[in-house]
Amino acid sequence: MATIVAEATGQAILHEEHEQSFLRKYIFSTDHKVIAIQFLIYTLFFLMIGGLLAMLMRYQIAWPARGELPLGGIFPETMVASGYILPEFYNALVTMHGSVMVFLAIMPMLVGVWANYLIPLQLGTHDMAFPRLNMLSFWAMVPAGILTLASFFVLGGAAGAGWTLYAPLSARPDLTGVGLGQILWLVALVFIGLSSILGSVNYITTTINMRAPGMTWMRMPLTIWSLFITAILALLAMPVLSAAGIMLIFDQTIGTSFFLPEGGGQPLLWQHLFWFFGHPEVYILILPAMGFTSEILSVGSRKPVFGYKAMVLALVSIAFLGFIVWGHHMFQSGMNPTLGLAFTVSTLFIAVPSAIKTFNWMGTMWRGNLQLHSAMLFAIGFVAMFAIGGLSGVFMASTPVDIYIHDTYFIVAHIHYVLFGGSLFALFGAIYFWYPKMFGRLMNETMGKIHFWLTFVFFNLVFFPMHGVGMVGMMRRIYDSTGYAHLQGIEDTNALITWAAFGLFASGFLFAFNFFWSLKKGKKAGANPWNATTLEWQTPSPPKHGNWEEVPVVYHGPHEYSHPDVEDKDWLAQNERPDVVSPAAGSH
Amino acid sequence: MDWALPPNYSTFGVVIDQLFWIILVITGIAFLLVEGGILWFCIKYRGREGARAHYTHGSNKVEIIWTVIPAIIIAILGVYSAAVWQDIKGASNRPADALEFLVVGKQFEWNITYPGMDRTLGTADDFTVLNQFHFPVNEDITILLESEDVIHSFFIPELRVKQDAVPGMTIPVWFDATQTGNFEIACAELCGLGHYYMMASVTVHSAADFDAWQASRATETAQ
Repeated sequence: MATIVAEATGQAILHEEHEQSFLRKYIFSTDHKVIAIQFLIYTLFFLMIGGLLAMLMRYQIAWPARGELPLGGIFPETMVASGYILPEFYNALVTMHGSVMVFLAIMPMLVGVWANYLIPLQLGTHDMAFPRLNMLSFWAMVPAGILTLASFFVLGGAAGAGWTLYAPLSARPDLTGVGLGQILWLVALVFIGLSSILGSVNYITTTINMRAPGMTWMRMPLTIWSLFITAILALLAMPVLSAAGIMLIFDQTIGTSFFLPEGGGQPLLWQHLFWFFGHPEVYILILPAMGFTSEILSVGSRKPVFGYKAMVLALVSIAFLGFIVWGHHMFQSGMNPTLGLAFTVSTLFIAVPSAIKTFNWMGTMWRGNLQLHSAMLFAIGFVAMFAIGGLSGVFMASTPVDIYIHDTYFIVAHIHYVLFGGSLFALFGAIYFWYPKMFGRLMNETMGKIHFWLTFVFFNLVFFPMHGVGMVGMMRRIYDSTGYAHLQGIEDTNALITWAAFGLFASGFLFAFNFFWSLKKGKKAGANPWNATTLEWQTPSPPKHGNWEEVPVVYHGPHEYSHPDVEDKDWLAQNERPDVVSPAAGSH
Repeated sequence: MDWALPPNYSTFGVVIDQLFWIILVITGIAFLLVEGGILWFCIKYRGREGARAHYTHGSNKVEIIWTVIPAIIIAILGVYSAAVWQDIKGASNRPADALEFLVVGKQFEWNITYPGMDRTLGTADDFTVLNQFHFPVNEDITILLESEDVIHSFFIPELRVKQDAVPGMTIPVWFDATQTGNFEIACAELCGLGHYYMMASVTVHSAADFDAWQASRATETAQ
């Protein structure tokens, strides 16, 4: 039923296309593809801002006593005084680097961009179930971004209590010196929550109701599976964060004491609420990346995904377990140690589905015909880096070891192997891979490969040594490590990390240049430059408003590459009737 | 460049370090298998003109193998970790006759209250010293950890001790140093502008030296 309705509205949209004004078409658009591109530009901008904050932070960590910050003069005296980054500004950098990267760059880039772009195209429908809600989910992000940027310039500066916002520090302006900046960030967070919830409702509804004829659940590409599961996680987790954020605003402004002990509140309550959101959030930040990787590896290896059903089961079990592991962020928090036992077990078990996925990706590459283009390099890079992040996670899941490494740079290394080596590598891969569909032209391959190798080398030079610095015992978020006896001797490593971080940041500009240069100068892509099987490649690049002249009909699973019965080519599109190509193909 | 755990000076540190190295060996093997495998596949199966990939949707047998093997390793690690955790932190394992200190964190200092010569907190001969923690070697030590303002974290790397100090809570932490020496308490939880310099000196004395130090401090404070 729903599919038929969708077809009818889709045709209506096709008819009115030429009547749209510029404003309706590119700014206040309800077209899922335009909204995805809006999200892409927005998140790439904030990726750069987040990176810039990290560069300032790294300068301070490497040369705490030097001052002489290059271009330090352009900052107000409240941030950088005579070339020295001030401690209050450093805390804002620490806090806002994490906050911007998680909430304004990576999460909306994974979900806002790709759920919007790919769900209707890969499912074979004309648009999202609720196009206007979809538009609202982008426009809710705009005030969030403006408030975040503005918070740096208000009295007291931007939020300085860490991205985890631990109360009472985050709730007591008298103890941080940050008042309005903290509130602005919390209000931004409420807008981000709204955006995410609206988006999730849309993704879930669309996936359930608007699949093309023949697109059964087990024929959906793994990208759709991962984005669908992610949307469920976001829908269940984001309201908790929004509610907790509003409670924190109340503690700051109208004198409630949810998290303040002097009024009968509990600081640990904040941590429970934050991590009840925060751990599913970790999976919101990695599951879509796993989906893109599965897809790109399959296309690039010219093979079906190894163990498709196991991959789906692993996604579902990671999502389920993700809701019962939040306490592993709190082993040293003062929570009853007996609870720690339960969280250790659930946490260690989440390693099993992660291992299954890693082995299946390797299985997908095994005996393949690997096309090592930029997108594929980043997808393989994802598997290699995510594996390191997963393995380092075993150290902190083991509670006794966590006593020592908790709150050290070992954790910083771990999170970045997952979030940068994992999520961002997969995102770069996704951009190289779907860019031709979005804009009709391929990104330049030479620049893409150089970008990959620079990113890969600098990334490892930045984050691998952090494991070592963490083993030595360097605490997270410290402005100056040189005063501690046990941290003597790591200055050289910290300087190396900082130089490599500058290189990593700089290599991002090569990507940005390639991105904009290829819009005009890139090689024309055609509908299907990668010889891929999923539906989005069976319509012109870029697809017209409404996506399809005629709704595709799906005959088989998403990754039919190198089928022995298909002779003239090594792929069989989802909407190609197997009997047209050859009688036996796709009959599994 | 010296990427190593600092030397260990506590009884618990022995098992913590041992577990660290066990995990490093297990994850190290997994690391070599995965990264080596990826590299090998990239070379062996790199695309060639006219080549065709092997068509397969997977194998239930290998799925079971690579589910069960990690699950077994993880289960063993989990059971062992839980046992060690219980030994270190379990309320039932809190030493009964430990020497107790009160440690209160506050932006950006550690206030340590000593039990005095009667070895009991809450009596008249208690005294408080700012940013100096002295205690005897080879003796069970329990600190009652509190915070006056925000969350701090009590961290002595060489003793492998870390515990958040939470306002509104009193959290007991116990340990036993195996050698005398001089260390530092660091704050491991972001607590504000001065987080980075919130440190205190730690001196582990012989039993006799500790008594002498306490006696001298007690008279000093009394005056």
